[in-house]
Amino acid sequence: MFYFFPVSVTSYELSHLAALEAEAVHVFREVAATFERPVLLFSGGKDSVVMLHAAAKAFWPAPLPFPMLHVDTGHNFDEVLRFRDETVAALGLRLEVASVQDDLDAGRVVEETGPRASRNRLQTVTLLRAIREGGFDAVFGGARRDEEKARAKERVFSFRDEHGQWDPRAQRPELWNLYNGRHRRGEHIRVFPLSNWTELDIWQYIRDERIALPPLYYAHRRSVVQRDGMLLAATRFLSLVDGETPYEATVRFRTVGDATCTGCVESSAATPSEVVAEVAATRVTERGATRADDRISEAGMEDRKREGYF
Amino acid sequence: MQLLRIATAGSVDDGKSTLIGRLLFDSKAIFTDQLAAVERASRERGEDYPDLALLTDGLRAEREQGITIDVAHRYFATPQRKFIIADTPGHLQYTRNMVTGASTADLALILVDARKGVLEQSRRHAFLASLLGIGHLVVCVNKMDLVGWSRERFDEIREDFRRFAMKLDVADLTFVPLSALHGDNVVHRSASMPWYEGTSLLHQLEEVHVASDRNLIDARFPVQYVLRRPDFRGYAGTIAGGVFKPGDEVVALPSGITSRVRAVWGPGGTPLAEAFTGQAVTVELADDLDLGRGAMLCRPGNRAESAREVDALVCWFSSRASLTPGASYAVRHTTTETKGTVERLEYRLDVTTLHREAADSLALNDIGRIRLRTRAPLLFDPYRRNRATGGFLLVDEHTGDTVAAGMITGSVASPVVWHTAAVRREDRPTRGATVWLTGLSASGKSSVAVELERRLVAAGRPAYLLDGDNLRHGLNAGLGFSPEDRAENVRRVAEVARLFADAGVVAIASLISPYATDRASARAISGDLPFVEVFVDTPLEVCEARDPKGMYAKARAGEIKGFTGIDAPYERPASPDLVLHPADGDPATMAAAIQTLLDDLA
Repeated sequence: MFYFFPVSVTSYELSHLAALEAEAVHVFREVAATFERPVLLFSGGKDSVVMLHAAAKAFWPAPLPFPMLHVDTGHNFDEVLRFRDETVAALGLRLEVASVQDDLDAGRVVEETGPRASRNRLQTVTLLRAIREGGFDAVFGGARRDEEKARAKERVFSFRDEHGQWDPRAQRPELWNLYNGRHRRGEHIRVFPLSNWTELDIWQYIRDERIALPPLYYAHRRSVVQRDGMLLAATRFLSLVDGETPYEATVRFRTVGDATCTGCVESSAATPSEVVAEVAATRVTERGATRADDRISEAGMEDRKREGYF
Repeated sequence: MQLLRIATAGSVDDGKSTLIGRLLFDSKAIFTDQLAAVERASRERGEDYPDLALLTDGLRAEREQGITIDVAHRYFATPQRKFIIADTPGHLQYTRNMVTGASTADLALILVDARKGVLEQSRRHAFLASLLGIGHLVVCVNKMDLVGWSRERFDEIREDFRRFAMKLDVADLTFVPLSALHGDNVVHRSASMPWYEGTSLLHQLEEVHVASDRNLIDARFPVQYVLRRPDFRGYAGTIAGGVFKPGDEVVALPSGITSRVRAVWGPGGTPLAEAFTGQAVTVELADDLDLGRGAMLCRPGNRAESAREVDALVCWFSSRASLTPGASYAVRHTTTETKGTVERLEYRLDVTTLHREAADSLALNDIGRIRLRTRAPLLFDPYRRNRATGGFLLVDEHTGDTVAAGMITGSVASPVVWHTAAVRREDRPTRGATVWLTGLSASGKSSVAVELERRLVAAGRPAYLLDGDNLRHGLNAGLGFSPEDRAENVRRVAEVARLFADAGVVAIASLISPYATDRASARAISGDLPFVEVFVDTPLEVCEARDPKGMYAKARAGEIKGFTGIDAPYERPASPDLVLHPADGDPATMAAAIQTLLDDLA
């Protein structure tokens, strides 16, 4: 058998990516061993793709011991949905889809109106419904602490009450690699295996592990509009405001989510290595550049997390 | 590239958030939109400069109250290293969050305001950092601009802190004078403090050597999860200590069944030639053992301890309930969970003075020592030896809250198991012994000891000099001259001497050892091995006249306190094996007398 040495024999040092991967793998296994019904949130975005990749590695040679869940706002990029379905088929995974449209149809939520309407906020209701109906007690999310200041305060195991709510002042102390997953029926734990990864770590890992992503993440020509200092994709979900004229630009996405509030950036980075170089040099955070929903208020994310969002 | 985990600590308003802001800013880890948001928020609050604390204080309540409540994690990188900063609150009531942030840190930054000096919170945080086993402390003496860049002030604070740190278990303690506000000595060397010879804070963070802090000796693999396929059974988990490689003989605890490692797989099925502490792997064994979660693989000759009763230091986290003897909790330890009862609360620790106080209970943020009895045995190492196998959590089974963090100091029911060596003492080519030289400072012990060592070795008898002064640089560094510290000093030297003697070497211990009880315990420690107590009985006047290091003069002048013979007692040995007087001749003659005595014993 062929053995290779990933580390120097004498120093016994892990590279930072190997250390971050080991931490994530430990968390996946811990949850699989101690919870009854875990589920992994999968949107087809880069963080959830990396999370899925690390999860699959954690359980090799066995299959993933939990299904995946996608909360579909109905306003997703076509390329991302296609990628989602191809990934699921290729890996033989179980995927459940919870649709915001179902909650709109049933009158549990009401569609926002106006040109800046977004379904992003509505998906919290759908997510909580899916967790309840699926009886899930642990929900893996790809959120990272470097993304946003409220997320910087998150634990790896984040307790949610029967309403799915986060109470930042009553978080459980989290020490060493010991995690407290205690909960009662109806309560659940959000689990963030990528807590300590940065955007650059994610991209270096994608490059090193040769992980496939939706093509949106690499430079391509697309019709866009300028709004509030961001570039929004001119999709069928976007209503134009007076004075906005779509134009063609070479762009790529740093995050993908609901198409109505996810912006793109002008870029010529067409390969993972080029993206790594671009991310290393950028002076704007990914959410600052591309997320309209974070601009609502100083504590926009904290408020949504309190309601049950990730 | 290597990852360095940092915890920050310090009192409120000593500039912690500003320092972190400065580190991030000067290393270009602050993004323009974050800075714009901070500037906007600062303006809205009527401040005329951007408050960098707002970068890390991300919760609504934190911004409203202007304090840090919970740990925030920050990330930055230089070409040398990646850094994770756990920014922990300074307020007393959030000690539990400081402990949380410090539990995985390699290094702690302790901030001290140069104007205020070492405060109670500085001591408290330094103690917590050492309690949690952080091997490297960097004391940042901040706001040097407000004390006129004074070298004297810096030296004063450094000495003050050092005196306190002597009582702690800190291997690496460094001091940096800086101004976080102006950036002096944070990322770049300061032109305002030319007298400072060290490097900038960031440079220290890039260079500090932490790899050797991990335990790479005691092989420990707690089984976390079992992976099964047809024709495959692998034990998945994170290596908690040591190195595992194919071919290694292993023992599975608690069953005690031995097997061999057939293969070690990295995540995704990468075959590994060896794997070490911190790696998440899957281990395949040569035999079908049927192990489950909670089992632990070790080496047959080096097993984790196993006990149902352990002594532990705990930090109490709950504001809703207090820790009381008799209470039961769920105990989360490595990959196991069992029930545990607090048998006894031995004492509460005053974290500032390190005094032990009698207590009936522990309240929020209290630290105390307990005896814990568990339903199933814990497979552990003392926390000092291994964080991963020595740390545990207490969980309230009714509320689900994590109410305490614990650090095992040792077992109660089963003391350390002695391993029988294959070599008996009589199989060794030489006989060892301990020669214990006691007497006043400058009595001539060392001269005799040096001569004795030379003579024995020349005569073909292995010998080794354990000089009290020299040992205080290494083995006994950090021990002072209080009666307690002197006792510990003697105990350690006696233990080392016993090991030498057991190995067939004559250990020549040369220590003042002024207390009769300490010398008696040294003799007791040597057990059935030969022990010779030699009293170098040189009168005080003679010693004081010699005074080769000028110590007596300093003691007389009051510069040294607790000096034996001046303001601390010397208890003369009642029945030494040999007494040497100045009239007995030169050191060579005296050494010859001891050698004769040794030869008579053998």
